[in-house]
Amino acid sequence: MEQILIYFSENKEAIFIIVLSIFLGIEVISHVPSVLHTPLMSGANAISGVIIIGGIILLGHADLTEWSLEFFLGILAVLFGTLNVAGGFVVTDRMLEMFRKKRK
Amino acid sequence: MTDNTIDVGQIVLDFSYLVSAILFVIGLKLLSKPESAKRGNLYAATGMVLAMITTLFLHKDIQGNSIPLTNVLVIVLVISIGTVLGAVIARKIKMTAMPQLVSFYNATGGAASALVALMEFSNPDNSSILVTLLGLVIGSIAFSGSMIAYGKLDGWIKDWLSPAMKYVNLFMLVLVTAVVVYLMIAADPLISSSVLIYILFIISLLYGIFFVMPIGGADMPVVISLLNSFTGIAAAMAGFIYKNQAMILGGILVGAAGTILTILMCRAMNRSLLNVIIGAFGGGGAVAGNREIGIIKEISLSDASILLNYAQKVVIIPGYGLAAAQAQHVCSELDALLTERGVEVKYAIHPVAGRMPGHMNVLLAEADVPYEKLVEMDDINPQMPGIDVAIVIGANDVVNPAAIDDPSGPIYGMPIINAHEAKNIIVMKRGMGKGYAAIENYLFYGDKTRMLFGNAKDSLQKLVAEIKNL
Repeated sequence: MEQILIYFSENKEAIFIIVLSIFLGIEVISHVPSVLHTPLMSGANAISGVIIIGGIILLGHADLTEWSLEFFLGILAVLFGTLNVAGGFVVTDRMLEMFRKKRK
Repeated sequence: MTDNTIDVGQIVLDFSYLVSAILFVIGLKLLSKPESAKRGNLYAATGMVLAMITTLFLHKDIQGNSIPLTNVLVIVLVISIGTVLGAVIARKIKMTAMPQLVSFYNATGGAASALVALMEFSNPDNSSILVTLLGLVIGSIAFSGSMIAYGKLDGWIKDWLSPAMKYVNLFMLVLVTAVVVYLMIAADPLISSSVLIYILFIISLLYGIFFVMPIGGADMPVVISLLNSFTGIAAAMAGFIYKNQAMILGGILVGAAGTILTILMCRAMNRSLLNVIIGAFGGGGAVAGNREIGIIKEISLSDASILLNYAQKVVIIPGYGLAAAQAQHVCSELDALLTERGVEVKYAIHPVAGRMPGHMNVLLAEADVPYEKLVEMDDINPQMPGIDVAIVIGANDVVNPAAIDDPSGPIYGMPIINAHEAKNIIVMKRGMGKGYAAIENYLFYGDKTRMLFGNAKDSLQKLVAEIKNL
């Protein structure tokens, strides 16, 4: 029990952000028309590629002087994260392009 | 560094995260309106690029070391490769392969989260073991689950249903929980559990596979949306490890949005999320004996074309069959032809028609159907009795009246498009196969219903030719 309390007070900022973000996410998304379900999901998917930041931090401080597991997995993490970000945003853009072109 | 010196780099970095977070929120908000969606996507992308650049050049580890130049170069190289690869695939791929592509990119995000968590577990500076383990488990499930979903949407993995599956999945879930708890209490995680963490990684991957394997058909949009929210949560967990606010906010935002979308989908089928995850549709009831089912009546192409040509209001109800037959362009052609002849054509879109959320919308948008013509279920249903012809193209369960009047049926209570209330119904179908729910569809036997058997694309092409001759 005490551990939980300590954990809470040590991480209270992060916990605050998590809780408020949940409300924010719900608020921002509700009332979205079904026309946009796919692009919205795809755009959100690209945002979840924010894990790339973690990949950069990991690989950034990894020891690159010798070939290690950390090195290898770090590269994979950055590569996967980038795929998620770049692919995600481009696909979303392409989808939205289709919605737009016939609104002339 | 003493307390009273100001670390400008750190402040710029934190400030850039704040700007990124704001751009994510505004981007997502703009994405939920048709007029501003494209701008929203751009905002979110800008936020991401900003955070990536500032992290690369300004991030310092706990000892205050910046990222060394060699590492920066390696990272820039990897990111360039990933960007080119990701963008090229996204540009080149056929529009109809969009659902599987979204699934694939979701998988890569999950994999990245799992890898980051895997590596951070053995980092002695990391004090958030529980969060790290959660990130690993959720990220792995999102990765393997999305890969299976990708395979299913791409057609090379079939649904694999077995009654034992439910217990296998339950067992795996218990196992994952047990390992997480063990790792939590293990006194020295560094020594005792380096092997265990890889075992946890593998079990989580397997769980993702088993979890998505039995799910199919109309449940696909639900599970894709759910996996999407998993990736977001996994990214947020990793953000927690690094105390990185942009990651936490971005991840949780996606997690919450994905969850809401998942719940919307479930509601559209009148089923609980738990029901979708563990109990795929039973099928059991075959043909309910308590009901006259009547006989199937076919319609000839010429009759169908006359019926459509002289109708005033036509509603097209598309389903997965339209996507499978790649018939969206011909469908739009039929629409244009009828509109030219003074017929009012609309599309009735069921929330779970197709294989991902909003699948039909994307498909029809590709074929240049203006989105104003796409009407949501709740808006079209009251107009249904005034519709002269409802054309059902490759949809089945979403128009099955058993959802309304057969309390013993497995889809009872699921909101449907009331095609049966239209004055005439034309059903385009390849054969008398059943929908995903594996039950009879009484609509097909109705007095006002006529069947037009054949591949949707062929039938539509012939229909268009026939109407042109009138």
